[in-house]
Amino acid sequence: MNLDLRIPIGLMFALAGMILAAFGLKTDGNEALYARSLGINVNLWWGLVLLAFGLTMYVFGLRGQKRIEKEKNRK
Amino acid sequence: MLLYFGFVVGIGFALKPNMKTSKDFFQAGRALPAWICGLAFISANLGAQELIGMGASGAKYGLETAQFYGIGAISAMIFVGIFMMPFYYGSKARSVPEFLRLRFDEKTRALNACTFAAMTVFSSGISMYAMARLMQALHVFDGLFRSQGWAPQGIFTFSIVLSAVIVLAYIFMGGLASAIYNEVLQFFLIIAGFLPLVLLGLRNVGGWSGLKASVPAAYMHEWKGVAHASTNPMGVEIVGLGMGLGFVLAAGYWCTDFLVIQTAMASKNMESARRVPLIAAVPKMFFPFLVVVPGLLAISLPTPHSTTVTRVENGAIIRETTVVSPQVEQGRGLVPAKMNPVTGKPMLTASGEPLLDYDMATPNMLLHFFPTGILGLGLTALLASFMSGMAGNVTAFNTVFTYDLYQSYIHKGGSDRHYLMVGRCATVGGILLSIGTAYAAINFNNIMDTLQLVFSFVNAPLFATFLLGMFWKRATGHGAFSGLIAGTATAMLHHGLTLPIEARPGIHGGWIAVLHHYPSDMAQNFWTAIFAFWMNFIVTVAVSYCTKPRPESELVGLVHSLTPKPERAQLVWWKRPEALAVAILLTVIALNIFFY
Repeated sequence: MNLDLRIPIGLMFALAGMILAAFGLKTDGNEALYARSLGINVNLWWGLVLLAFGLTMYVFGLRGQKRIEKEKNRK
Repeated sequence: MLLYFGFVVGIGFALKPNMKTSKDFFQAGRALPAWICGLAFISANLGAQELIGMGASGAKYGLETAQFYGIGAISAMIFVGIFMMPFYYGSKARSVPEFLRLRFDEKTRALNACTFAAMTVFSSGISMYAMARLMQALHVFDGLFRSQGWAPQGIFTFSIVLSAVIVLAYIFMGGLASAIYNEVLQFFLIIAGFLPLVLLGLRNVGGWSGLKASVPAAYMHEWKGVAHASTNPMGVEIVGLGMGLGFVLAAGYWCTDFLVIQTAMASKNMESARRVPLIAAVPKMFFPFLVVVPGLLAISLPTPHSTTVTRVENGAIIRETTVVSPQVEQGRGLVPAKMNPVTGKPMLTASGEPLLDYDMATPNMLLHFFPTGILGLGLTALLASFMSGMAGNVTAFNTVFTYDLYQSYIHKGGSDRHYLMVGRCATVGGILLSIGTAYAAINFNNIMDTLQLVFSFVNAPLFATFLLGMFWKRATGHGAFSGLIAGTATAMLHHGLTLPIEARPGIHGGWIAVLHHYPSDMAQNFWTAIFAFWMNFIVTVAVSYCTKPRPESELVGLVHSLTPKPERAQLVWWKRPEALAVAILLTVIALNIFFY
């Protein structure tokens, strides 16, 4: 297979994390919205977690992709 | 959500140039790394039934549900990885029914292929139906429909068509590889959506000890009370649990269902194929935390009641009334009562208690704790789980249909291109049939229960056939075939003669005569499986002794005693599948002691 799966996974989660965190920042301090989540701004925090996860996957994915291409060239 | 859909279909496009032969399409070219297949292995099973159903059982039976993981899935996965995978992968069979032909004969394969193909189509239809109902109940697309001015009745069709088109698009283009890639994506998405839910829920009740304090003590133990049926919420005693769940049901599912086995068979070599189920077992160990605990949390919350708050503000008396529908009020925690759609009153069990709609436990938790924003993520995760289950069914269907039915009985010796084309058509056909099933389920409410019942009859005895086939060289094709038939008949008979204590005769059993009462439907399930398994076992052995055995030279690579030990000196000891298996086993035991 020519595509390291970690690249699309990383991209997707990084993007989703960014959107979620941005939404969280914009709505920060909106108590009515976050009453259900016990006053925690889950959008912001979980968005950041997803962003970090996505970037890690992406970086590892790029490394893996290089290896795949190297192996291909050798063949 | 849109982002997710974009990526899903994008993967299909990215993999399309790779799909040149039928092997690429049906078996992902047998070139995928083990970790990808491993995650897809659990994700294929992590469909709707799993996510919603385990939350429901968590709410209904408590932590004992985790047994499905401990003695159920994990041990079965270790077994399939260590003992059975060498035969599946090594025999060069392309599907599970094809293995049956190599080991036994054509008729055993035809029986298995037909029932399996029918099952995958119907179950993906059922999960489609369940998903569309859930989308309706959670009002996911209501906003969209209102802004477009469409009739709200269209939501059901919209959800079905949407999910069908997406799944079709990526499987049609990328085949099994695309399905597997997407299953991995869905796996991470499900974790991303459900982990914050569990964390918030636990924080709300005051951590683990808070949860312990707010539900009945029996709900918090995995093992305590299993010695006798009356002392645990599930009403199953240790023999039924161990034999029925561990030995027969779970092993039968994880070891013989092509739905999950296909992902392992797509990996690049024998060592990886054996590692696939083991890698899958690692995250699986921690899944109860993700899927069972939300159900427990749902019943730990206080049940909403209609309340009137009176307060005085600027001299005026203000009365605020929060009205809760009887559906919610009759429920338990966040689990609502089941409503009779005709009378609008809560349905009652045979003993007069309100019947609870446990399937809403997990979805209601999502609505309760997630604000706008992350709620979208949670719902996408739910949708993803439906699609991963559906995709697994569809790829299993197109492979079995093309290889085991079309190539073997309808059109032999066609070109590879031809079969690739047939595979794609089978994908479309399978999805269309699923949609048909989903619509049939609207009109005949019982069709779902009936179908699932029939599947359980067919599946219950299967494991005995594989076990005997792989480890007993004397087993013959006639033996296997008659054993399967006898096992299924026994399952039906047992179901017709027994009844769970809270149900009325009919779809839940006892439709012949009621000879025995089980304390719960779970117990009835387990014992049905046990009886079917042993009947199959006995009949297979008996008939095998009466029929001519196959020459041993034909069975090399198919039976344990006739297969040379694989060469694996090149691997360091801790990289071997066996080492991994022992590590997993120890961790599971540790977890079980902790949650005793």
